[in-house]
Amino acid sequence: MPKPETILNETFSNGLSVRLKEIHTAPLISHWVWYRVGSRDEMNGKTGLSHWVEHMQFKGTKRFPPTILDKSISREGGVWNAFTFMDWTTYFATLPAEKIDLIMELEADRIQNSLFKPEEVEPERTVVISELEGNENDPSYKLNKAVQQAAFRRHPYRVETIGELKDLQSITRNDLYNHYRRYYVPNNAVLTMAGDFKANEMVKKLKKLYEDIPAGELPPHPAQREDPLSKEQRLEVHGPGETTFIQIAYRSPEANTDDFFIFTVLDSLMTGPNSLNMFGGGNISNKTSRLYRKLVNRRLAVGVGGGIQATIDPYLYGVSITLPPKGNPDRVIRAFDREIDQLQNHKVKQAEIDRAVKQAKALFAYGSENITNQAFWLGFAEMFATYDWFVNYVDRLRQVTPEDVVQLARKCLKRSQRVVGIYTPNLVKGEHDQR
Amino acid sequence: MINAKPTSWNSLPGPENISRTVLPNGIVILSRSNFASPSVVVQGYLTSGSLFDPEEELGLAYFTSQMLMRGTRKKGIQSIFNLLESCGASLGFSATMHTTSFGGRSLVEDLPMMLNLLAECILSPSFPLLQMELMRAQLLTGLSLRAQDTEEMATITFDDIVFSGHPYRHPEDGFPETVKRIQRSDIVNFHKDVYGPKGMVIVMVGAVEAQKTVDLVTEALGGWQCAGQRSKPSLPKIQSLKDTVRRHVPIPEKSQTDLIIGTLGPKRSDGEYLSASLGNNVLGQFGMMGRIGDIVREQSGLAYHASASLNSGIDVGTWEVSAGVNPANLEKAIDLILKELKRFISAPVTKTELQDSKSSYIGRLPLSLESNAGVAGALLNMERFQLGLDYFQKYVSRVKAVTAEQVLETAQKYLNLDTLAIVSAGTLGKKK
Repeated sequence: MPKPETILNETFSNGLSVRLKEIHTAPLISHWVWYRVGSRDEMNGKTGLSHWVEHMQFKGTKRFPPTILDKSISREGGVWNAFTFMDWTTYFATLPAEKIDLIMELEADRIQNSLFKPEEVEPERTVVISELEGNENDPSYKLNKAVQQAAFRRHPYRVETIGELKDLQSITRNDLYNHYRRYYVPNNAVLTMAGDFKANEMVKKLKKLYEDIPAGELPPHPAQREDPLSKEQRLEVHGPGETTFIQIAYRSPEANTDDFFIFTVLDSLMTGPNSLNMFGGGNISNKTSRLYRKLVNRRLAVGVGGGIQATIDPYLYGVSITLPPKGNPDRVIRAFDREIDQLQNHKVKQAEIDRAVKQAKALFAYGSENITNQAFWLGFAEMFATYDWFVNYVDRLRQVTPEDVVQLARKCLKRSQRVVGIYTPNLVKGEHDQR
Repeated sequence: MINAKPTSWNSLPGPENISRTVLPNGIVILSRSNFASPSVVVQGYLTSGSLFDPEEELGLAYFTSQMLMRGTRKKGIQSIFNLLESCGASLGFSATMHTTSFGGRSLVEDLPMMLNLLAECILSPSFPLLQMELMRAQLLTGLSLRAQDTEEMATITFDDIVFSGHPYRHPEDGFPETVKRIQRSDIVNFHKDVYGPKGMVIVMVGAVEAQKTVDLVTEALGGWQCAGQRSKPSLPKIQSLKDTVRRHVPIPEKSQTDLIIGTLGPKRSDGEYLSASLGNNVLGQFGMMGRIGDIVREQSGLAYHASASLNSGIDVGTWEVSAGVNPANLEKAIDLILKELKRFISAPVTKTELQDSKSSYIGRLPLSLESNAGVAGALLNMERFQLGLDYFQKYVSRVKAVTAEQVLETAQKYLNLDTLAIVSAGTLGKKK
């Protein structure tokens, strides 16, 4: 695990936070700019703005026309991309160390000078809609979407980050540009770099690039956190295919709480460990997890997975189950509930917690061979907590006790406070095995 | 200007820092040390690929590979996965046309455990009947999901057209009716006859010395002998298409249609592979997916994804352009792609395009070889395609030597616009 003292941590006068970490194992530098804006910042009727703005950020500035950007990075053998999430949007590039000035200058430019030309907006509308259509080809996306909507009354987390089709059809160039100008300001950003550089020299370069960019006034946040669900909701989604999926969702705690770490251990016990690394974190199978043994080994399901997301506001802990042909969803849900009852009413062994901690440690070791991941971590945790959240991650897991897990299961995994979604394929509607 | 050598040149994999050992039973061990992180990646393959599948039991090699960790003579599935998952290690098997592949990673302290487990799963799987039925249900579910996946169905159909009459046309995971037919005795016999040390390659990259890797593999697999190990079946000659073939796979209620336009391409060991690859980069990779991305996505806004790929194998390859489009835009996308292909085979790529492509190939080496998994994959390919341990050392001069004329000649040789496979999968007739 990284030690905090190896990180150069500075906030410029305009509010830009900078986190730099020297790593000299390969002649590479990974550069990330994180903005605290995502679908959480969107209102009804304008969903998908943050993601579409992210697309427009690749459409150029006066100094860096669009084709120049992509080609310059490719020419140097680098990779770059961007991601929009519920709470944040991030732009990354990993390049040979001697070429890093290119992306540094480009990011400092597009924080304020992106053009959003009307003639670039319209083709991008169809590109974003095409991305949405690609997602909708996947039955599990449709189920996720329905469960997410049912699990929130007002909170923007109820809508997928890509947005609603009707909004994507009506959003204007000015909507996009205003969103960009509002949130793309230094005091709403964190810039992180990891790799083969001298941190003291790098921070001087960054100051030169950014210190004249004025801070902005950030709007008040529209989202109001939503607490536990008030009842059990069941919903069914119909679509093509032969495979039935189930998704069961409970309200999960926000990332910056002790409960989040307890939930992470709980999830590891129930559905197996999950990596938070975005690049090359590796996966560990989940065949000895409690739900796999109870559902898959007993032939009720062919796959089970779960996960908790690190978010600013309470979100959802979801368990996804894939049924075999002619599987019976009611029977699966009953078996699932018995396993939750077991967790809520019986002692958890310390050995199970120790195992979850070792798995988390291994996943961090796998991720740390990769400079891009290291720079990712410098910024990711800042989006919902501070970098210390990451530094202390394994230690905080280690502090979780068996009693904590049982108590949390009783508090958060109530049958009366969840959404149960079933994807029923049209081909087998009404043909479930009634065993 | 094209980059000279990357500054990390001396640290790239080469004969000085790759260890290659061949055990008396034929197993090849390749390793490279990296002590930056306390972990090790293991990758490799055996020669027991889907080529050995009988026509009526397609999916047999894949099914067998999926059963290797479902129980051994000494351990049940729970013990196997308990060993791995308790220490955060991973291990898995799969099968492709030519090989049964395996891959895993662990903390270095757990490497002996992982190698011993790897050997135990390969040498003495017990193929329990109950586990086999569980696995069959999983495989059949996977196949029913595949039938709904526009991209996968387009790929399967494309292979069916370009490899007509050849075993390469078959998907490795088979079809529901062939998977249902496979008996335990088929799997037992497949393992007995086809698995063996001859042709096996194992690569290890991470915080471990080369000699240690040889010692560990020797201990775990050095004694493996298999006198009757079957040799690869002889294969018919692959026939080029005589005309363009257009096929649509109807899948109901899909918002997006997946499209593939392509044909056969060079094999990996062909001299013209690099010309084709650099040309393909110009065609559909460089920047925002090259010329194809520029015309289909950037200028026309027709697709989120539109690119070209060159998939070169041991004895043949494919050259494909693919895109995901709204059904209403399918014909327009096909026209645009065909026009770009025509341009690509009519005139040489520009000087700037070729320089950019070369620069990108040279510049990306350090990044592609940054992680243990990246290096392990590169070492595996060096062995699979017999590229030589000095492959990366000769790489820059080879890339630099490619000319625009060679790119054009190679493109003209393979991309004949009168003999393409054009495949779409999805729901037609939907209005935009």
